[in-house]
Amino acid sequence: MNNFPAIQAAARQQWARLEASPVPVIYVGAATCGLAAGAGDVLHAIRQTLTERQVEARVVPVGCIGPCYLEPLMDVRLPNHPRITYANVDPARARRILERLLLHGDPSPDLAFAHFGANGDPLTAGLPRFFDTPMLRHQVRLVLRNCGFIDPEDIEHYLANEGYAGLNQALGMTPEDVIGLVKEAGLRGRGGAGFPTWRKWQICRGAAGTPKYVICNCSEGDPGAFMNRALIEGDPHAVLEGLLIAGFAIGASHGYIYINSDYHLAIARLRTAIAQMTAHGLLGEGVLGTDFSFGITLKEGGGAFVCGEETALIASCEGRRGMPRSRPPFPAIAGLNGRPTIINNVETLGTLPHLLRNGAAWYRQFGVEGNYGTKTFSLVGKVRRPGLIEVPLGIRLRQIVFDIGGGSWKRFKAVQTGGPSGGCLSEEFLDLPVAYEAMAEAGSIMGSGGMIVVDEDTCAVDLALYFLRFTQAESCGKCSPCRVGTWHMVRLLEDLAAGRAQPEDLAKLQNLAETVKRASLCGLGQTAPNPVLTTLRHFRTEYLQHAKERHCAAAACKELVEYRIDPARCNGCQRCIEVCPTHAIAGARSEAHRIDLALCIKCKACYEVCRYDQLAGNAVIFESRRSQQ
Amino acid sequence: MNPPDTPTAGAGTDPPDYQELFRQFKGQEGELISILVRVQETFGYISEESVRQISQFLRLSENQIFGVASFFSKFRFDEPGRKSIKVCMGTACHVHGGGFLSDTLGWQLGITVGQSTKDKRFDFQRVNCLGCCALAPVVQINEKIHARTMVTQLKEILQNRE
Ligand SMILES: Cc1cc2nc3c(=O)[nH]c(=O)nc-3n(C[C@H](O)[C@H](O)[C@H](O)COP(=O)(O)O)c2cc1C
Ligand code: FES
Repeated sequence: MNNFPAIQAAARQQWARLEASPVPVIYVGAATCGLAAGAGDVLHAIRQTLTERQVEARVVPVGCIGPCYLEPLMDVRLPNHPRITYANVDPARARRILERLLLHGDPSPDLAFAHFGANGDPLTAGLPRFFDTPMLRHQVRLVLRNCGFIDPEDIEHYLANEGYAGLNQALGMTPEDVIGLVKEAGLRGRGGAGFPTWRKWQICRGAAGTPKYVICNCSEGDPGAFMNRALIEGDPHAVLEGLLIAGFAIGASHGYIYINSDYHLAIARLRTAIAQMTAHGLLGEGVLGTDFSFGITLKEGGGAFVCGEETALIASCEGRRGMPRSRPPFPAIAGLNGRPTIINNVETLGTLPHLLRNGAAWYRQFGVEGNYGTKTFSLVGKVRRPGLIEVPLGIRLRQIVFDIGGGSWKRFKAVQTGGPSGGCLSEEFLDLPVAYEAMAEAGSIMGSGGMIVVDEDTCAVDLALYFLRFTQAESCGKCSPCRVGTWHMVRLLEDLAAGRAQPEDLAKLQNLAETVKRASLCGLGQTAPNPVLTTLRHFRTEYLQHAKERHCAAAACKELVEYRIDPARCNGCQRCIEVCPTHAIAGARSEAHRIDLALCIKCKACYEVCRYDQLAGNAVIFESRRSQQ
Repeated sequence: MNPPDTPTAGAGTDPPDYQELFRQFKGQEGELISILVRVQETFGYISEESVRQISQFLRLSENQIFGVASFFSKFRFDEPGRKSIKVCMGTACHVHGGGFLSDTLGWQLGITVGQSTKDKRFDFQRVNCLGCCALAPVVQINEKIHARTMVTQLKEILQNRE
């Protein structure tokens, strides 16, 4: 007997009570980004204020709603009024806002950022709607729809918002029809490569051998990407529901979640969610009264980048070193413990509940031909409005960087997608549609969602060196093209960055990069050269400047940069002398100071004080001068 | 809700109780990495004794366990310093000048990344992305994240935590 309607009705009642709460409801963004910005202290201050002032209110910690640069975010909803968002609150500010609002009905419009209701409420007069603000206006929130709205630790919140309705739908279909639906929707894997999800599933479903497994890939080894972590922290049940749907479709009875062991909050939320699912009959024998049985186990990963690769991930799940093996056989045929296994990305799974519930045609209204649906990105770097975003595929990079992100701090230089496996796309690619094929043609990849914007202060050579050092360190060492090749690429890039290279070295680097790309065993080595190849292509002049003139135009390559003090501007305040860790600066008070370059470690401390201290004269200059070899 | 303490916190307080720790596991090879994670969380690092204990529990050779543990850069084999300093070296932090923070900290502490000070007061690590890239560059001292850190703030941050 399917008891889903009863479960859902009960949850909806509970949700309706929250929505119609007779007391104010206070929401605080308490995902990793919010907590890092101080949401914990804000929560504490809120609770204290409520106790002291003897005001009754409900406090709901929620997930990341997107604009991380505004964290900590505190939202307050008075009964019968729209929810109002306050940005960059600290404990003192939270206290002030609450006292004014809860005791005097004053919404502090000067401190408010936006509201969530319909326009026209007197309380929110003059405030924009949250989803009309520039960062949100161009987004389509499908996978992230619950993040920031529901309590991620309360399954009833999820159930009341159509949660597990997709699973319920799937359980009423045949597995073949579920695969057919995913095929019709054109869903492609969000882990990076964009492989059609249905095709993998079908191969696995047809493969001989039981039991079959499905694994959720939350390895997220890209350094500078947090979208998978944020989704689990903000809406863990969506990913778990997706895991069940995938398991049902391929005929698996057990699912694993491979997750970085440093994701403490996400792991805790998953554990809570799994316990709640079990209590609701959504896991175990006979899910929702059907004959589908399913169990879920968390597998903590050691945080190696290569463990995002399917075969390495499986090795690590089996308790071995995370080394990839050559394919075929593909995991869909022989994976975990030699059994047919499907590995799907967190976001791929997070999409499934919505897709099942609303149908393929609905899903295809988002995105463009061949690239349907939405994609989440962690938009960070030198962008003015960094955060977690979700956009329809086919959107232009320019819209993401400028309309959503608000542009770069200084002059825009490039955007890196796909992390260490991706490429660096210059200004001329800004009108490129964000689609799997288009990105690949430009030499980059869609990737799993890292998007880093850099401005003129970043040097292309330094960025390539940064990524190559990363992949070199993360190379598992199994195949020599990757192990040795990346090592030599790092050496060549270091020579360039230090002004030791010759122009001929560029050809060597190019050659080596192409070899590593072609000859490596797994995706790590095959994509590791991408940052080098794309920067060589789009920023060749910079490479040549490093080689020919020992010049780094961005003044980012330390060895090519010198610090000096402009005597005309130095007012002799001695602040730089105080902060210099190596005592490299000398000068009497009120007289121009000098830097002893033999002692200078180029740590930027003097530049910082001279630039930002009010008494200082902004006289420290660091620059790279051209010199002929 | 708070994440489990970082290595430094619990190190050396209670006598090691491996049986207690192993109780949550079934003793299967596939649990090795989770066990290593728990051991490091509990004792601060993977000692020779830990490897011996895990070896008995999982009936795997010590070599095999050491081989797996040394594959992942997160596992360490020496006792950590008491205050854990982690400089984020993720891409967002890198482009915001995280490298300056790590270089300067190394200079101030007189050690390089991956070491702890002689007096075991500070432990200095680099990490890849702490998940708050919008606040870059970030430095984590024990559980506290310092957002948008400037080189000139480092001294104060270190002293604050004494
Ligand atoms: C070096 C390397 C790292 C990877 N890292 C991840 C990752 O962190 N997360 C992820 O979902 N996929 C990652 N992948 C891709 C996975 O191997 C796999 O293709 C993906 O999880 C499949 O799921 P999907 O079909 O839903 O995209 C990585 C691949 C390689 C080669
Ligand atoms: S890159 Fe430093 S927090 Fe993400």
